[in-house]
Amino acid sequence: MIWSKYSAPQAFYPLAGRLIPWFAAVAVILMVVGLYMGFFVAPTDFQQGESYRIIFVHVPAAWMSMFLYVVMAIWAGVGMGLNARLSFMMAQAIAPTGAMFTFLALLTGAMWGKPTWGAWWVWDARLTSELILLFQYAGVMLLRTSIDDVRRADRSSAVFALVGVVNVPIIYYSVQWWNTLHQGASVSMATGSKMAATMLMAMLIMTIAFWMYSIAVILARVRCVMVERESLPTWDEKPAAMPEAVEAR
Amino acid sequence: MSHSSMWDSISGIIRRDLLLAMRRWSDAAMSVFFLVIVVSLFPLGVGPEPAVLRTIAPGVLWVAALLTCLLSLSRVFTPDYLDGVLEQMVLVPQPLSLLVLGKVLAHWVISGLPVVLLSPLLGLQFGLEGEALGVLVLSLLLGTPTLSMIGAIGAALVLGVRGSGLLVALLVLPLYVPVLIFGAGAVTSSMAGIGGEANLSLLGACLVLSLFLAPWATAAALRIALE
Repeated sequence: MIWSKYSAPQAFYPLAGRLIPWFAAVAVILMVVGLYMGFFVAPTDFQQGESYRIIFVHVPAAWMSMFLYVVMAIWAGVGMGLNARLSFMMAQAIAPTGAMFTFLALLTGAMWGKPTWGAWWVWDARLTSELILLFQYAGVMLLRTSIDDVRRADRSSAVFALVGVVNVPIIYYSVQWWNTLHQGASVSMATGSKMAATMLMAMLIMTIAFWMYSIAVILARVRCVMVERESLPTWDEKPAAMPEAVEAR
Repeated sequence: MSHSSMWDSISGIIRRDLLLAMRRWSDAAMSVFFLVIVVSLFPLGVGPEPAVLRTIAPGVLWVAALLTCLLSLSRVFTPDYLDGVLEQMVLVPQPLSLLVLGKVLAHWVISGLPVVLLSPLLGLQFGLEGEALGVLVLSLLLGTPTLSMIGAIGAALVLGVRGSGLLVALLVLPLYVPVLIFGAGAVTSSMAGIGGEANLSLLGACLVLSLFLAPWATAAALRIALE
């Protein structure tokens, strides 16, 4: 099998269509399992009570928001380097999902902050850098929509995404030195986890669920982008002209 | 390319941009007045309490410096874009990133340097004195070139795009956050008596990093805008 053939939108469109249901199904199953474990199986936190359970959504969402930005920047970089249309389409498709997770992380963070810290919002380092990440996603998306020429829109927002990826760590550390109230990371590669095993398991399951959800949604959106850009004939799984020709190749 | 011709191309661009700016000095004067007016609005809004003003002074002055730089960004490339000079710059044998560096330095002299020179006066209005005032000037001297460098990337990206004035603010302001934090932090920590050296060093690091990376990204953005 030659993977590079799928770098052509015509070939990728039906492939994405076949993959979406699988990723979506895995996402739904894992989300149900993860939420059940998180809300009913995991023990109550002795300090924070039941309100800590929002982390089963909050932490995976925050992880995905940062991870998706990097993935978007990688696709943008690949697009700039190889001049591949599909890479730019992927970068375009990732941005809204990344922004959604960033917003979700901020929202659930606020819901957790109210009972725990006594305030919906504090100017804490992680909150602030997450907020700025949201601004960066907004910048990428708005820059794209402001430019009518598709080629320029692709490449300009790619440059901005890449500039942002250099800036995100600097912003992160600058706000961290500026002010921090957020509790330290409970899960780290170096020291292992300080959490109960079921809590960690539920959180990891939710992370994989969000990951699968992202892939399904991004593939669906990239198909929309293709239809929009290439004026594909239908929404149908097998548009009259295209995939057949590719399968035959 | 020889060392001297590289320097010649940068200094040529700087000379040209400064000459053009002097011929239209009202543009530069507008930035300065904007800065003074914005800074003067804060005591009117917050109240004339000296202790409060002294506390907010570093943040206010730095945010005003950011906005001043932001508003003058459209003058970096747009005139040359409109009259076709920019296309010639892309075609000359000198690397575009060098010419960009020259243009950004000229932009800093026109819009950043006046902010630095004026800052002691504005600081005095807010009751800063002694070492804090010196650190304020130093932090702006180190920070404003970085603002011009980062801003040029945004200015190049939105060249000729509709609604570019607001869009460039949206793109550039989040990127300015570290400079704001380190710049205002330097002044605040020197007021608190712990010295601003650490923040000033970080500002210097930001400047070096942006000198190294920003012209390159700006040149890429200009090529995209012009193709």
